[in-house]
Amino acid sequence: MQAEATPRIANPVARRRARAGVVSAQVVRAWLPAMSFALVLGAIAWLNPRAISYFGFNLMLNLAVPIVLATVAQMFVIAGNELDLSIGPFVGFVGCVTATWLHDAPLLGAAVLVGAIGVYAALGALIYLRDLPSIVVTLGMSFVWLGLAILVLPKPGGKAPDWLLSMVEYQPPWVPLPILAALVIAGVAHFGLMRTSYGTILRGSGGNPAALARAGWSLLKTKVVLFALAGCFGVLSGMTLIGITTSADANIGSGYTLLAIAGVILGGGEFVGGRVSPVGAVIGALTMALAASPLLTFMNIPPDWQVAANGAILIIVLAVRALAITRER
Amino acid sequence: MRTVSSGTAAVVELSGAEKRFGAVRALEGVDFSVAAGECVGLVGHNGAGKSTLVQVLAGALAPDRGRITIAGALQTDYAVNRALQLGIRCVFQELSLCPNLSVAENMAVNHPSLRGVGWRRRAANLIGTKLDEIFPGHDIHAFDIVQELSIGRRQMVEVARAFTVTHAPLALVILDEPTSSLDARTAGQLLAFVRRFVEAGKSCILISHLLGEVLGHADRIVVMRDGQVAAADDVTAFDRDRLVAAMGGSAPEAPVAASASGAQRSDRALRVRVHPARQLDNAELIAREGEIIGLAGLAGHGQTDLLLAVFTAAEHRAAGIEVTASVALVAGDRQSDGIFPLSSIAQNIGIGSLARLRSGLLISAHREAELARFWQDRIGIRTPSMDNNILSLSGGNQQKALFARALGSDARIVLMDDPMRGVDISTKLEVYDLLREEARAGRTFLWYTTETEELGHCDHVYVFKNGRIVADLDRSEATEERLIESSFNDAG
Repeated sequence: MQAEATPRIANPVARRRARAGVVSAQVVRAWLPAMSFALVLGAIAWLNPRAISYFGFNLMLNLAVPIVLATVAQMFVIAGNELDLSIGPFVGFVGCVTATWLHDAPLLGAAVLVGAIGVYAALGALIYLRDLPSIVVTLGMSFVWLGLAILVLPKPGGKAPDWLLSMVEYQPPWVPLPILAALVIAGVAHFGLMRTSYGTILRGSGGNPAALARAGWSLLKTKVVLFALAGCFGVLSGMTLIGITTSADANIGSGYTLLAIAGVILGGGEFVGGRVSPVGAVIGALTMALAASPLLTFMNIPPDWQVAANGAILIIVLAVRALAITRER
Repeated sequence: MRTVSSGTAAVVELSGAEKRFGAVRALEGVDFSVAAGECVGLVGHNGAGKSTLVQVLAGALAPDRGRITIAGALQTDYAVNRALQLGIRCVFQELSLCPNLSVAENMAVNHPSLRGVGWRRRAANLIGTKLDEIFPGHDIHAFDIVQELSIGRRQMVEVARAFTVTHAPLALVILDEPTSSLDARTAGQLLAFVRRFVEAGKSCILISHLLGEVLGHADRIVVMRDGQVAAADDVTAFDRDRLVAAMGGSAPEAPVAASASGAQRSDRALRVRVHPARQLDNAELIAREGEIIGLAGLAGHGQTDLLLAVFTAAEHRAAGIEVTASVALVAGDRQSDGIFPLSSIAQNIGIGSLARLRSGLLISAHREAELARFWQDRIGIRTPSMDNNILSLSGGNQQKALFARALGSDARIVLMDDPMRGVDISTKLEVYDLLREEARAGRTFLWYTTETEELGHCDHVYVFKNGRIVADLDRSEATEERLIESSFNDAG
């Protein structure tokens, strides 16, 4: 017999400590997004205490909801070991359709948006069936979406449908709308992906696809479902964005691709291996939204420098995360 | 406990199964059956066809020819899902858990019926109960993430999962090396459970390299060799020697005259001295100038790791490894680790000797071509021009180019990681001659090979098991029988 394979920890105290170590590693990973969010929020509170109010949050997180939705879309794609480089231009395309066709001819607009989700699902199928790198396919698609957006709306303009405007203007009691929306999105995504058994299979397709195939699951289906979910949340993101800005521009979503990827990773996700966290991704997206503009404005950084400073914050935050996770291993 | 091998009670019956992978015949007309209430032990050397047979039974591979009958019904459209419905489960050798999911969540992968409200709790109960039953005193929580479990615990989860039952029936469990990562205590628990399982009327196929496990727990043993059933009989008809003989096959070839004939080993300059990291006693691998040293044993038992450790130690000092000269490596997986697919044959050879080919800051095309021409003649690379792309060569000739890269460099020690995989016999013979010639000229070779007859070319053979040296054989001692015996030795 092989007496040597697994060194078992004989001492019960040591065993308990080893188990505690495992738990704390998971806890560190789970709390990291919340801690970075608290850090950014703390900095804002210190720079401008009046920002921490119902009105302040409404203002600061005004544009956060579309970013949260785009991040959740990206998270579904990353859960299946793929990457979507077209989510930003896709959000822009959806925005242009929302501000034009959905306003003027709601049925046509709705059909186009449903069709766009279908295109996303088809991309998932294409990537799986032809074994193509998703980065290449979605990079190509990003130009397609941008071109279509320009065709739909050559000049900035258009108008958001009234029902959409009244939805985003709703002011719930006590809790600002962006925070309420983030809670609902996080709850829905968490339940769907983390709690249901098919959500578990979807994550498993990122963890060990060969095992799934051997157990008789269709990897084509998991990939199509993940991409269709990404398309759904991308459509929601584009629509909310137009609700907030009231008019559209083909380039309106250009920054979203990187924000969404950063949000997922900041929220404790990994690029490969199916390790994602919906709650973490939502918090990550909120952190990115806060760090993107309000924090920099309060730090008196001139707008010319904000984009560069934004990138610097992104690098710092992700480096801290990488450091913390390496430490845990 | 005793059951007849054929007849109506067969759970699975496979007849005349054939399967080819390109030119390799993995199964050549195999007849195989398992009766209800029977544990069949399946043994054989690497590449004997065991894994292919298992994959066919589990529905993961369709045989080219042959019939598969399950519980008396001939299967026409047999695949994984059908096998699962009929109650045939397989624990594959490589782990098939999703590392990012928890133990309970992994249950959903194999049990689609686990869904709806409260599925996670039901899954946790199922796997927890089964773990308690098979491995009493285990230390695994149902909501532990698999990635964070040790490899042994992962194997326990995987085995326990195969025995859980929801809606689909359970008739036969195929265990492919189920104890490879388990310690003695848990392995014993598992094998005892397997006996209880078959005594309750279910069936089991047990594949193990530990002959003691098979002899002690199977009812019947099937020995495979070269894609065929070499022997099949009741367990009482076998003992260790007969099993080894049945697996080993042809009588050992007369050892080919190797380089260092006559001279005392200790007279020569030391080239490599390694004490493997996992070695418990103080056995060492020693290679001297002009020697061909064979690394034997079952695949993946630490031979490649040792070569890579020696390669690294030539540049950076490492504990337990002494290397006294420059080193070159001939990779085993030439497609991924060996060739530069965009470069020419000449460039692929010259990359190992760039320092010598340099003129100023640039590589001298003239000297590169000269080196390539020299080796084209010496090793016989068949190509109209050495400036052709490396991929224009056949596999065997690509491998020759890789040998030329290593031998053309000034390295005094050449490490070879099973380089003859998929190389035709005539190329092999040419390379063997070249190796002996180079060894006579003072080069040292460390040669990991999975082909036993190649060890006949070695001056000295070390047999590896679980990353340790378990036998240290002189050329005269390195018979096939000795090699198999030491690789399969349970005490290792």
